Amino acid sequence: MIAIINYNAGNITSVARALQNIGKKYIITDDTKKLDDASRIIFPGVGAAGEAMAYLRQKNLDTWLKTYIKTGKPLLGICLGTQIILDYSEENKTECIGLVAGSTKRFPEKLISEGQALKIPHMGWNSVKLYRSHPVFNNVSPDAEFYFVHSYHPAPSDDAVVLGTTDYGMTFCSVLAKDNLVAMQFHPEKSGRPGLQILKNFCAWRGKV
Amino acid sequence: MLSKRIIPCLDVRDGKLTKGIKFKGNVDIGDPVEVAREYYEQGADEIVFYDITASSDKRDILIDVVRRVAETIFIPFSVGGGIRNLEDMRRVILAGAEKVSVNSAAVDNPKIITQGANAFGSQCIVLGMDVKKVEVSGKTPSGYEIVIHGGRIFTGIDALWWAKEAEKLGAGEICLNSIDADGMQTGYELNLTKMISENVCIPVIASGGAGKPEHLAEVLTEGKADAALIASMVHYRTYTITEIKQFLSEKQIKTRMLW
Repeated sequence: MIAIINYNAGNITSVARALQNIGKKYIITDDTKKLDDASRIIFPGVGAAGEAMAYLRQKNLDTWLKTYIKTGKPLLGICLGTQIILDYSEENKTECIGLVAGSTKRFPEKLISEGQALKIPHMGWNSVKLYRSHPVFNNVSPDAEFYFVHSYHPAPSDDAVVLGTTDYGMTFCSVLAKDNLVAMQFHPEKSGRPGLQILKNFCAWRGKV
Repeated sequence: MLSKRIIPCLDVRDGKLTKGIKFKGNVDIGDPVEVAREYYEQGADEIVFYDITASSDKRDILIDVVRRVAETIFIPFSVGGGIRNLEDMRRVILAGAEKVSVNSAAVDNPKIITQGANAFGSQCIVLGMDVKKVEVSGKTPSGYEIVIHGGRIFTGIDALWWAKEAEKLGAGEICLNSIDADGMQTGYELNLTKMISENVCIPVIASGGAGKPEHLAEVLTEGKADAALIASMVHYRTYTITEIKQFLSEKQIKTRMLW
């Protein structure tokens, strides 16, 4: 059973509908007892780091995730769910879960590309350059684009966990992967067919590269 | 690098897709859920629904449309029209929309932008601006004025001032609609779009006037728009979104070409 962690952060319904579309059964819960029974976890999220962490702590989900990740079962982070698995987020100056070393940083004020000031949030379709193959990106074209909407980006301290990067006036880590964890800044549930393919792959993945 | 977005706009009245000219003479042209699916298949990057239902008691029809659309398409979509408070926003977001667009309500009560941004995040709140060209005056130094309630009421508010103000209040994006150009299919209001886009740091969607692919090319380059809204040119099947994207690609304008 796939479990989507519900922590009052945004796009849970979109992720659920995408899973429905690819014919996967799931539960949505914030109950650690029910989460214990899950074979894989999706950790989505839209919103602000401060509030999200406060809710996760209140429900003991931060500690639960640290234990879960050691079981070797797969974990998928999406958007805010990716940002807060790092140690720290500049958003609301928040101490985060710390499954991966590093922090989440705000885009610099003045991002310039080809003489034009870039807008923040980074909103819209952009591509991802993968540094190695990963089962979760099987059958996804390197030319595919994904839907991003964010003002902060992951900045892991160890380059070895960077699976993919995206260019937006600078190069930032848009996909990180470490053992049974894969986490992306973009929204696969809103990225058309390539996004649905990623979710399908994740649902079949055993957590090993 | 970020692609420019092509966004079909579906005006929905009593649960049906409709289109008018300069906000008038609307005719029904189909089922919004089916049309949304068709545009998704053609490569639309996002979809906008605008509820122009006159009476608020028919609101539930819209919520049902939003829910059915969310089950069928896997790209972002926004809903606007008649959104007056946090509760209205919450309903469309829970039904599956990524973004809500506020227009008249934000002019009447600008705080709704901040409240919405605090509750759902700035990325969720689109400021819809309906704009008409007017004489440059002390009140409207930009030469463009905000009109509300479907283009019927002139507010005396300067369009450029309002765009900057909305950004300060927490809007995550601006959908800029020229009423003069709406439904005319003679091209976007380039001066207006460029002026707003160069003066705010949030993305600007150009709206009103698209009739052929050249118009999109203009507004996405000269007009400095981040995205282009289209309606008539695809609703009447003059062009498909795929054809428009192919044209833009030939003009070296980057859009998402694989879906």
